[in-house]
Amino acid sequence: MDFRNIKRIKRKANGNTALDSYCSRLQLYKVPPTDTISLYEFEEYAIERLKVLKAIETASEKYVKTSDEYDTFMWGQLRTTQFAKLTKSHKSQTEDEEDNFARLDHISHFILRLAYCRSEELRRWFMTQELDLFRFRFKTTSDQEKRQFLEQNDLHYESLTPDERSSICEKLAAASNTTSAVVETVEFFKVHFTEALDLVQRRKVYVSRGQAYVQYDDMISLLTGVYRSHLSQALAKTARALPHLEEDERLLPMLSGLSKRYLGADYSIKKNNVGQITADMIDMLSKKAFPLCMQSLHVSLRQSHHLKHGGRQQYGLFLKGIGLSLEEAMKFWRIEFCKLIDVDKFDKQYSYNIRHNYGKEGKRADYTPYSCMKIIMSNAPGPGDSHGCPFKHIDQDLLKQRLKTMNIGDQYLDKIVSEVKTGRYNVACTRYFEATHKLPLEYQAQAISHPNQYFEESQRASNGESKVPVIGTPRRVGSQGASQATQGAKGPDGNTTRAPARDEMDDDFDITDAELSMQA
Amino acid sequence: MPEENAYDPECLPDLLPIYYKKLFPYGPYYRWLNYGGVPKDYFSKREFSFTLKDDIYIRYQSFSNQDEMEKEIQKRCPYKIDIGAVFSHRPKEHKTVKAAAFQAQEKELVFDIDMTDYDDVRSCCSGADICERCWPLMQIAIKIVDRALRDDFGFEHLLWVYSGRRGVHCWVCDETARKLSQPGRTAIAEYLSVVKGGENQTKKVSLDDRPHPSITSSLEIVRSRFKDYAVKKQDFLGNEDKYKKVLQLLAETMEREFESTMNTTHKRWLFFEKMCEDRRQKSDAKKSPNLEDEVMLQYCYPRLDVNVSKGVNHLLKSPFCIHPKTGRVCVPIDPENIDSFDPFQVPTVSAIVEELNKSSVGSEEGKKARDYNNTSLKPCIDVFMRFLVALEKSWKGKLIERSDMKMEF
Repeated sequence: MDFRNIKRIKRKANGNTALDSYCSRLQLYKVPPTDTISLYEFEEYAIERLKVLKAIETASEKYVKTSDEYDTFMWGQLRTTQFAKLTKSHKSQTEDEEDNFARLDHISHFILRLAYCRSEELRRWFMTQELDLFRFRFKTTSDQEKRQFLEQNDLHYESLTPDERSSICEKLAAASNTTSAVVETVEFFKVHFTEALDLVQRRKVYVSRGQAYVQYDDMISLLTGVYRSHLSQALAKTARALPHLEEDERLLPMLSGLSKRYLGADYSIKKNNVGQITADMIDMLSKKAFPLCMQSLHVSLRQSHHLKHGGRQQYGLFLKGIGLSLEEAMKFWRIEFCKLIDVDKFDKQYSYNIRHNYGKEGKRADYTPYSCMKIIMSNAPGPGDSHGCPFKHIDQDLLKQRLKTMNIGDQYLDKIVSEVKTGRYNVACTRYFEATHKLPLEYQAQAISHPNQYFEESQRASNGESKVPVIGTPRRVGSQGASQATQGAKGPDGNTTRAPARDEMDDDFDITDAELSMQA
Repeated sequence: MPEENAYDPECLPDLLPIYYKKLFPYGPYYRWLNYGGVPKDYFSKREFSFTLKDDIYIRYQSFSNQDEMEKEIQKRCPYKIDIGAVFSHRPKEHKTVKAAAFQAQEKELVFDIDMTDYDDVRSCCSGADICERCWPLMQIAIKIVDRALRDDFGFEHLLWVYSGRRGVHCWVCDETARKLSQPGRTAIAEYLSVVKGGENQTKKVSLDDRPHPSITSSLEIVRSRFKDYAVKKQDFLGNEDKYKKVLQLLAETMEREFESTMNTTHKRWLFFEKMCEDRRQKSDAKKSPNLEDEVMLQYCYPRLDVNVSKGVNHLLKSPFCIHPKTGRVCVPIDPENIDSFDPFQVPTVSAIVEELNKSSVGSEEGKKARDYNNTSLKPCIDVFMRFLVALEKSWKGKLIERSDMKMEF
């Protein structure tokens, strides 16, 4: 069990290092570390890995994953962390250096598993970044090491014989969108389709009778599939074991501090804003203070007196986040929906869902508003749907036309459209924010990453809170939890190094935050 | 069928008890969901949910065996029965285990295709209504999805069911399908989704220069039906409103040509095809070389409600329910004979109860399990039996092999 072994890190004096498994740099983190480390190292390792994961997240927000810019950005970011060793060639390092790095890589991964296993949202974030990191590292690994990696992890894929390949050549070519001539020169693997899910999902692989025919360059997809399912199971297992850690008053607060730090504000309902917004204020607010996605949903709701499920979720949770209480939400939706259906039907079909979102039904989870990432990446709108991100999910011509009717000046319009064209939808939204809030053209606000962030910034701007200097993302959460805990730690096994004082650590984190912030 | 349209929703409370007592095919139904008793408690861990009169909804029902299921259904007389996942514990005892431990573990891979999702491309009806002019959409959908599930993914045990009003469901019952993870379900659902985009995107299909083999196969199916369905039945370029919708999908305009010389959908479509061909010849068609294919797919390709397919624990209406509005039985459809399936000929609960009354006049207390054989439900049950027999063949032999294997926990 993962967590017991982690615990042994503290309890066992001089446990065996997992040196055997460090012979290849790349690993699937199957065996937990059994080292002894100090609390100080514990936190330090975790923070180093977090910096890397945060960099990976930023990279994928800014650049296409297959682009050179992505790689360049990542190399640059890695150099500022203890993972810098990844940027140096294999041979230029002494064995000791390599072992030290492998140990950091290994242990830090398992610490973050503990920190990020506790909720669906945390697990998803952690998995996404870890998978991207793995993908990046695999891509930059030599062929020889790749083979070594496959060997070590017992991953043997069946290759197609040249005859087999020729017989389905046309189909392979069409599926990978190349020519038959190219197909003849490439190695293909034959696997069950469940091993190549992301290729299947994107329709980038030929599938027949349950077998997927994967070309050599797409092998990484198979590996991330293996890694994903392994990590997903491990995280679920760790989450179940975590309650046993509660007896350890040093670790748990530190872990919760770690996980809060980089996920950003989730804009779940805050006690101080509940009830600030009432149903009758929404019309007015939607025009000025809502991002375009929410404005469109509002208009669509007003016009058709209905929204499909995806729209109700996206808009309803946003409204909850800006401070619409459950009672007011009920009133708001009922008034609009009941222009079309009777109250009875509304109560039966829709009120459950609204209460559910406010954590009053089902498993009583307090659901958080969707972030831009979630809106852009998942659950794309289908026929009849009005949700999604307007910058991604509205035809460009229609978008332009809409922006024009909103009196958005041509210079702004060009900037917005050029961001849309490069696929940086949240940046386009930021330009839109600048345009609607009459910020100077040359002004560059920090990127919008959450519809509720947009709303808060807009409120701040219109309440005349000085001159709106930078749109500061309220993403960071203080680290009191973690540092208080470390201060109070006693170190029963005499192995604990006292963590630095709280002020010191806070400063340290601020620098880190600045380095890693999303700003270009 | 003389009594065809005699169904009156007001009578449902009187008809359901008879239907559930005499006609619901519990035997075959249980044989399906019991999957040969492998693993042993598979059926008892399955969630059912009931919608009772006045929309009272009760979740997490489960039954230890066929007998208990029969009694419970007859006692409650549900307006609707939904089938959910097989859980880690018996659903009716879910409150006795920790919420985190109560997990959906398996379920058939399901698909839900609903005619309302085609409203922007059918001109005859909208919303819940269907007619013989738009029903071909469902035929095309079944052919395409059925082919892909069998040929591409290798699934064999597909149960297609008419939903009773405006759509169809598919239950993929192969073991690999039932054991699919959520990402696995998502991957297949997305693989099968070609029409994408919401209210604000006009062009909803974009093909690669060389479409994926699966799409090529789907296109063959669409092509074989397009003239009859879109051109003839829907007359989809018949007037200005209609053809403007299509023209919006292209960069250039041909409104003048459409207006002047060509005055029928048939001629307009021929012209359109010719124009696409010309563009390809000139090879200046760098952008969308498959334009007419894209138009055809946008008008005909199946529109899946992917959210139903993605979740392991998503509930879906059970076969052999009665649709409360139409009174029609949710009957299995044979995909081989989909072209001869007529949704308006599907028996209603009032019709079969009537048939039952007639047939039982004079006869003694019969064997109740076979009562449906005396009604127009019989051919539908036959379809179900064929599916069931094939399914049962697949687990014979595996039974002994696995009898001593236990589920991991």
